[in-house]
Amino acid sequence: MSGVAGVAGVASLAGLRSPDRGAAILASGPITGLAHIMNQPFLRYAFIAGAAIAIASGLVGYFVVLRSQVFTGDALSHVAFTGALAALAAGADLLIGLYGACVLVALAMAALGTRGQADDTVIGSVFAWILGLGALFLTIYTTSATGANGTSGVNVLFGTIFGLSAAQTVVDTAVTLAVSIVVIVIGRPLLFASIDPAVASARKVPVRVLGFLFLGLVGVTAAAATQAVGALLLLGLLAAPAGAAQRVTARPFLGLWLSAAIAIVSVWTGLLVAYSEPGIPPSFGILAVATVSYLTAIALTSRRTVTQRS
Amino acid sequence: MVTGLTWNIADDIRQLFLYQFMVNALRAGTIVAVLAGALGWYMVLRRQAFAGHTLAIVSFPGAAGAILLGISATVGYFAAAITAAIVIAAVPRSAGGRGRSSESAAIGTVQAFALACGALFVSLYGGFLNGLTNLLFGSFLGVSGNQVLTLLVVAAAALATLAWIGRPLFFGTVDPDVAAARGVPVRLLSTVFLMLLGCAAAEVSQITGALLVFALLVMPAATAQRLTARPTLSFGLTIVIALAVVWLGLAAAYFSVYPVGFYITTFGFAGYVLAALAQTAVSRPVRSPVAAARA
Repeated sequence: MSGVAGVAGVASLAGLRSPDRGAAILASGPITGLAHIMNQPFLRYAFIAGAAIAIASGLVGYFVVLRSQVFTGDALSHVAFTGALAALAAGADLLIGLYGACVLVALAMAALGTRGQADDTVIGSVFAWILGLGALFLTIYTTSATGANGTSGVNVLFGTIFGLSAAQTVVDTAVTLAVSIVVIVIGRPLLFASIDPAVASARKVPVRVLGFLFLGLVGVTAAAATQAVGALLLLGLLAAPAGAAQRVTARPFLGLWLSAAIAIVSVWTGLLVAYSEPGIPPSFGILAVATVSYLTAIALTSRRTVTQRS
Repeated sequence: MVTGLTWNIADDIRQLFLYQFMVNALRAGTIVAVLAGALGWYMVLRRQAFAGHTLAIVSFPGAAGAILLGISATVGYFAAAITAAIVIAAVPRSAGGRGRSSESAAIGTVQAFALACGALFVSLYGGFLNGLTNLLFGSFLGVSGNQVLTLLVVAAAALATLAWIGRPLFFGTVDPDVAAARGVPVRLLSTVFLMLLGCAAAEVSQITGALLVFALLVMPAATAQRLTARPTLSFGLTIVIALAVVWLGLAAAYFSVYPVGFYITTFGFAGYVLAALAQTAVSRPVRSPVAAARA
């Protein structure tokens, strides 16, 4: 049964959450539903931390997609898994491994690739090996004498947003809000450097430094988002809202905010769905809404291009 | 008979073939290595590593969904990977510089959503934690004779198709514009190639797990293309490296408690790093096969 608890991330809190009641109260009206959410500590933490993580993911993700660095985000998401499990296998705090590994690897990839953009094959190879190491740490951790039953590995892979503690919520919210502020501050030069690096560096924009800084921010965001949706799914939170926003509008700053807005809506709707339907893991709910919004954006814009051509 | 590493090479190799499950694992590994090497070589050349990775990822919900429905996981692997290949090929490519970024956003979204579906299926099926870890990180235990036969048939069909489209595909990869002008159906070839890649990804998933497919699809090809620029030589070298990595990985996993996926990725990555170091040491800029063919 431990597998279900791990994947659903919620079943361990089954005492707090009886499925029929949750759905009924949420359906009884927006005010009652909101009051109900605010009264449950684990739900409140999930909604607050989820919103902060969504804003950071939406903002960072916009530039990740713009700079064609989705693959980097993907590699980082798997690094998050290995970092967290390495810390657990060594008996340290999971968060140290998570943030340490993500930021270090992000900077290393910025250094390896030319002009702060890493090569696909290099990333792919490093990334597969790191995941292999993660599998090794998982085995070490689960076979060690500490009595671990393996759910930690599954929790890191697929997230435990309903299991956040008050302290974790504060750390995650503070870190992701700081990331969002930095992205907004460096937004204009970063946009310039992303769209036309040659002209930007001629105009004395520090393109290389920005590349490093940006990948560092991606690393921090990846580490924070791992706790919400899990290492394997954070790529969706980075790519889908940003991809949708870039399809809907060509104006960069509008797209930036739209991306963050879509991310928040995805997280909140996903959480509500997962809370009212017991069989659905919250990560699946979040990713499902994000994917649907991306598909809707594709459907809307492809009709527009067709009518423009005719 | 007690098994254990004796460092007596002949005796160790004899031990490897002692049990039927290990013989099946070695047979399956060999088939998978040849197929992954051949398709991985084209994939690295075509810079479709990200797409290949997605196809592998998608095989995870395929297998989990098949188990949930009570069908064989093998069917789930192939059905999901080939369907995903068709979807990726069908995603319209917009013109200009924005095409690449929106394409990679699409692949990233498909990938994360597929993994989320896998998590949902596992959650709905209820509690097979070891099964989940095996689906993601691979297991060489319990490969049946029937599975080996399925792997062999699919691999033979895929390799025959690859042999048939190999030359025009290489032309279309090296110079798509000229190839299209000469009447090579570039778009169709690209779709067929993605479907073959789906077959390969599904097969590799069954040995290394859905998350570690890269180790066999990318690493041997990337290593070989660093060592030589001649297309035929690097193609052969890719398959040899893939076979060596799989055999060493299976042997190491047999003699220890750690997962096979860890060994296969480690040996593959070690080979790649050695090749990169050798290339730097010689400091002779090796041209990629694409550049060599253009010259």
